[in-house]
Amino acid sequence: MDLLAFAEWCSSTRLALLISESPWAFAVIESVHLLGLSVIGGMVIVLDLRLLGVGLTRYSVRDLAREVWPWQNLALVVMLTTGVLLFLSEATKCYYSTPFWVKLRTLMVSMPFLYTVKRTIVFAHAPAGRTTGAIVALLSLGMWFVVGASGRWIGFSG
Amino acid sequence: MSLLPFCEWLAATAGSIALHESLYMYPLVESVHVLTLCLFVGISVLLDLRLLGVALRQLPLTDITKRLMPWMIGGFIVMVVTGVLLFYAIPVRSYQNVFFRLKVIFLILAGLNAWTFHRTIYTRVDQWDRDARPPGRARFAGAASLVLWACIIIAGRMIAYNWYDCDIPQSPFITWAAGCTPRES
Repeated sequence: MDLLAFAEWCSSTRLALLISESPWAFAVIESVHLLGLSVIGGMVIVLDLRLLGVGLTRYSVRDLAREVWPWQNLALVVMLTTGVLLFLSEATKCYYSTPFWVKLRTLMVSMPFLYTVKRTIVFAHAPAGRTTGAIVALLSLGMWFVVGASGRWIGFSG
Repeated sequence: MSLLPFCEWLAATAGSIALHESLYMYPLVESVHVLTLCLFVGISVLLDLRLLGVALRQLPLTDITKRLMPWMIGGFIVMVVTGVLLFYAIPVRSYQNVFFRLKVIFLILAGLNAWTFHRTIYTRVDQWDRDARPPGRARFAGAASLVLWACIIIAGRMIAYNWYDCDIPQSPFITWAAGCTPRES
């Protein structure tokens, strides 16, 4: 089954139709998606700033990571759940949307990066070097910015 | 007093028309407005969670505010500038939009909440700065801030929908709430 057929199948599921045929469901899910964005964005930014040596420097990177990680994970679950619902309701439109593919491909890198590279660095017993920390922080900020910006752009196309 | 004549005048200015009709400027301004949520609201969420006593409990509150405030203020300025530009691009419809009006009300309440917090319990912050669980009034301010900013985001997102716009027939309540005027035809 090719991707277009898959997208068309997604759009035709009961759940997708429930959302796309409701006058307000998409708007409500989209709003919750934005609430999740605020939280995950804040948590990512605060920890990345700390890796850059700015902000909450009274905490070690590890202590701050322990604090923000659960909120970041919670926000990511909200983002993924609402994101999948939003996708389902307009899967065929997404298939033809360049920003959607940019977002999806960046996510395929940024999420594994968060839970492997960044996780290892921030939870390491021995603090990472200044340069390593800064590179990880800048990569993280850059990737999540692309995810957010391309995500917003899906709504402008078509 | 109605601000409608002012909005109508604003909508007729060259800058407003240019921004409204621009292919990329308007979406760009809106994207910056949305993404700055991460910086401004995201960081205030962390501060509110500290006020509630559920995050960053080992850090004194004043240390968090001192170090994060520059980022929040920067984010707030970007929010206000882009927000004003978005209004400037579509003044009349925004002014007569119930969600825009709700958002303004929630923004005023959020401002009052922050102002009251700073004028009352925060003046004695040295007495509870290190408390893992701040006093009730501080926790209330944190909770109120979280709820109000969630309402502001939701109302803000809903401005995009035309369900209650004045150019389609509305109930008397919406007509009143949105400040719709009788159409000339």
